[in-house]
Amino acid sequence: MSTPSLLYLDNVTVSFDGFRALNELSLLLVPGEMRAIIGPNGAGKTTMMDVITGKTRPDKGDVLFHNTIDLTRLDEPSIARLGIGRKFQKPTVFEQLSVRDNLLLSLAGHRRPFGVLFARQTGEERDRIEGILRTTRLGQHADRLAGALSHGQKQWLEIGMLLGQEPELLLVDEPVAGMTDAETAQTADLLRDINRTRSVVVVEHDMEFVRALGVGVTVLHEGSVLAEGSLDDVSRDPSVIEVYLGR
Amino acid sequence: MPDIPAWLRRVAAGLVVACCLLGASASAQVPDPFAGLSQTSFNAVAASVTTLAASGAPRAQAVITALGERRLYAARTGDALYIRNGSDYVDARSGAPARPDPDTIRSVRVNNRIREAVAGALALFGLTSSDPAIRLRSADAAYDSHDPAALPVLDRALAHEADAGVVHRLREARAAALLSAPGQAGKPGDAGAVQERIDAVRILAASGGLPARAILAGLHDQPAAVQAAVAQALSSIDLRLRLWSVAQDLFYGLSLGSVLLLAAMGLAITFGVMGVINMAHGEVMMIGAYTTWMVQQAVAAAMPALAPVSILLAIPAAFLVCGAIGVAIERGLIRFLYGRPLETLLATWGLSLVLQQAIRSLFGPTNISVVTPGWLSGSLHWGGLVITLNRLAIMIFAVLVMGALSLVLRRTSLGLEMRAVTQNRRMAALMGIRTPRVDALTFGLGSGVAGLAGVAISQIDNVSPNLGQGYIIDSFMVVVFGGVGNLWGTLAGATTLGIANKILEPVAGAVLGKIVVLVLLILFIQRRPRGMFPLKGRGVES
Amino acid sequence: MRLPAYLPGTVVTAAIVVAGALLMALLNLLPASFPLHVPDFAVSLTAKYLSYALLALAVDLVWGFAGILTLGHAAFFALGGYAMGMYLMREIGTRGVYANADLPDFMVFLSWTHLPWYWYGFSFFPFALLMALLVPGALAAGFGALTFRSRVSGVYLSIITQALTYALMLAFFRNDMGFGGNNGLTDFKDILGADLHAPLTHAVLLLVTALSVAGALLLTRAVLAGRFGRLLTAVRDAENRTRFLGYRPEHAKLLVWVLSALIAGLGGALYVIQVGIINPGEFAPGNSIEAVIWVAVGGRGTLSGAVLGAVLVNLGKTLFTGLLPELWLYALGALFILTTLFLPRGLMGLRRAPEAAAIAGEPAPVTPEMAVPEDAS
Repeated sequence: MSTPSLLYLDNVTVSFDGFRALNELSLLLVPGEMRAIIGPNGAGKTTMMDVITGKTRPDKGDVLFHNTIDLTRLDEPSIARLGIGRKFQKPTVFEQLSVRDNLLLSLAGHRRPFGVLFARQTGEERDRIEGILRTTRLGQHADRLAGALSHGQKQWLEIGMLLGQEPELLLVDEPVAGMTDAETAQTADLLRDINRTRSVVVVEHDMEFVRALGVGVTVLHEGSVLAEGSLDDVSRDPSVIEVYLGR
Repeated sequence: MPDIPAWLRRVAAGLVVACCLLGASASAQVPDPFAGLSQTSFNAVAASVTTLAASGAPRAQAVITALGERRLYAARTGDALYIRNGSDYVDARSGAPARPDPDTIRSVRVNNRIREAVAGALALFGLTSSDPAIRLRSADAAYDSHDPAALPVLDRALAHEADAGVVHRLREARAAALLSAPGQAGKPGDAGAVQERIDAVRILAASGGLPARAILAGLHDQPAAVQAAVAQALSSIDLRLRLWSVAQDLFYGLSLGSVLLLAAMGLAITFGVMGVINMAHGEVMMIGAYTTWMVQQAVAAAMPALAPVSILLAIPAAFLVCGAIGVAIERGLIRFLYGRPLETLLATWGLSLVLQQAIRSLFGPTNISVVTPGWLSGSLHWGGLVITLNRLAIMIFAVLVMGALSLVLRRTSLGLEMRAVTQNRRMAALMGIRTPRVDALTFGLGSGVAGLAGVAISQIDNVSPNLGQGYIIDSFMVVVFGGVGNLWGTLAGATTLGIANKILEPVAGAVLGKIVVLVLLILFIQRRPRGMFPLKGRGVES
Repeated sequence: MRLPAYLPGTVVTAAIVVAGALLMALLNLLPASFPLHVPDFAVSLTAKYLSYALLALAVDLVWGFAGILTLGHAAFFALGGYAMGMYLMREIGTRGVYANADLPDFMVFLSWTHLPWYWYGFSFFPFALLMALLVPGALAAGFGALTFRSRVSGVYLSIITQALTYALMLAFFRNDMGFGGNNGLTDFKDILGADLHAPLTHAVLLLVTALSVAGALLLTRAVLAGRFGRLLTAVRDAENRTRFLGYRPEHAKLLVWVLSALIAGLGGALYVIQVGIINPGEFAPGNSIEAVIWVAVGGRGTLSGAVLGAVLVNLGKTLFTGLLPELWLYALGALFILTTLFLPRGLMGLRRAPEAAAIAGEPAPVTPEMAVPEDAS
């Protein structure tokens, strides 16, 4: 590869009991890019995330990070430590911990058990947490249990946890599901803000949100790329129209 | 008989020969076949019994029978023999009435050795029966006693025998008897005699089995060629015995596997389909066994004629009783704990303690005796295999239950609803399936199958309030090993574990074998955390 | 950092345990005629309960805080017990029935001529004590490393922990294992020169046990109070999520699992000194499950609850089996059922339920989604 590449999926195939969730999928992401992935249900969006983050091993194909690191050989924690963070479709936070503790655990740094055991919170860490609380507007809720947050707040907390990890690449699965319009707009702002320093892949159904992001779009269908380009380009593509509206 | 040392037999036979020679030289007539019986030595009497039987003397059978029944008397001096019938006596040799002075005669004493000789000799008389079955039995007896003195009788019988089966057996008996005659090691001997012995060894080798092995192993002082043939025969018999014993272990393994299958099938439903850990499953099985007992008691009291088939009545009874208990458990306890498998485990463990104690209070802490009907007792012999009927019946039963269960799961509306609820509870509810009812019935079905397992186990194991505890760990192992939610996995798991247990048992001992199996299983789960046949898909693991 | 809700009260509990034991020991030393005299049997019973409390603490540490429902902790407890029992056995010396200085009685009885190598060193108390911790710890490390790495979790894990203790029980029943087979190790005479039948020894043992319980409470509190405690909670409630943050939950679980085994081993060692016998029955799967119910009754996920539950349930057991022995199993069974149905947070939950519910804004019991995030969806 001569072009700089942050993430490169090459001919990735995953099948479950004969069903091909991903079918020779190829995708290239350059550093600093934000990309929106859209596609109907079952197009393979979440499975693609699973493959990148090491949850699912592909039957075939390569997943390269920075052109050199083969992600298919690594497990989830190793990939996370490389700097790939993930937000889940269903917001997954630690419900029995306070918002502050959720963020504390996400902070880059101690990961080995003995390191965690003897870790003492530094002033720097405290400042990081306060900063994230401000960014995600969760300051008032810092000491509530995460389980007590509203759905939208949990989404934001999870994005906050992504920030705490200081990843190079963020994979964000349906970040605005269940949010009000105002919250959706704020989230779009937040993601654009994040994209200033980091690369982002967003999976989303909400076309308004994708439009608000104003980034390149990849349309997945039946496990492979159907179309790529700006949102306007792909929404004019007849094959995309057929997949979304046809039959 | 095999426990009599060969040397003793040889001495005895030698004595007979000596007696005969003595008699012959004294009277130069046909030796008196009855003479030995008036001897005081046990060995001499025993040795002469077969000689007498083989002599063809007309009164021989009556005399030997009398000896066996301790009605034979001998004069204290001389060789007169009498048979006592009530208070009368007859002369043993002629059968004519006699009036001996009771003070001058003594009862011919009998020891075990003589008793065996009598039994063997009486069997020889059967060789002339017109019924081939009796002749075959006699040949068996002759084989078992393999007394060289019986050789003439066997030869005579062989000359007249027409039935192929009896001939075969007689040849073996003759070979055994021939080899038991004193050996001729060191003597050049004539080639014919040596060849005859080698042939006899080959016949025994072909017959196989432990008795033949015992006879061959007891042979010493044989000519070198014979001894070599013996060694070869022994190793071939040993190989066959080992193969049979492996086959026997396999049978026991399958038997254990079928019991485990029965025990685990109910769990495969409650755990596999519903995700409920029912630690009281073993206790439900135990109640199934107690139901069997109660049905037997009731039938014996009300309709004794039906007693032999009461076990068949117990099958539906146990299914219904245990199924009802299962429904009660689900409605009364488990439905409050869905989604909390660990709590379910604890609560059902508590339930198992209560059930155990309840049965203990009602029926007492000791074993109760569940009757095994006559048609389930006994065993089939096939080559070196012993197949006990009750275990065979349980295997068939397990397969039938599994077949019925998979029919229920696949072909009935309950089965369809069960699978729907398993795969997507919310969607099933939206489709109008009454999920609570399905839950209760599913659990009832699993418990009913546990009851069936109880019926089966009552036929081979002790029935006590502790019965369930002995099976619960094993049956969970089967489900975990086989993979959850898959009857074929349960079958494979049960069979594998059953056979592994029984194959390891003779190698490592029962306890160590079990430990090895448990450890292997723990290691296996490390490699395949979801069992041999795991469900696959995106939703399963996440 | 704010203390998590489950930790306040732990120091108080530790203090109560030590103070209570000290008071009891002192009252025991009073003359028997004195009205406040505590009888000897009460002293050794209390010490026994406290050694159970260590087992409960160990179970709670993994179940309450890391979500690993162990049904095999009796194995670690019994192994610790056997290690201490071996020391006590060697301490008998020539006072055994066969008066053999080199071999314990049961070995003489089995016509063994040599002490097996694994008995070496056990006449030395510090070594035995070390082994009472190391052997359970090593078993836990091996078992845990394999199991957690393979992501065996939930009820599968529960079942194989049960298989583990069951296999050990079968093994220890064997005479040729060299641990006294069926009868186990017993007929102990003294410990470190002190007569095991003397009341003073028992009073001291009670104090030592109480101090061990207090020490274990403070140690586990220290482990749980910081970031590690939060990580465990995260692992318990959403193990897979922690992986995507870069944690290896299997390592966190392994650490707490081994620590738990060490505490259980210590409990077993103290237990054997109090009761004077250890046999394979201690490995029985039922024992492990009973230990779980102590924790459930006291309140899983609270350190004080484990101690409270162990003492209360065992006190109840003593009273019941004395007065109405045939009813004990009913009572224990009912305890299992009623606790899980109506008191999911145990007795400690009664105290703090309103507070926790207020913070959480939802019912206190763990909801299904939270209890099985890994297996459910």
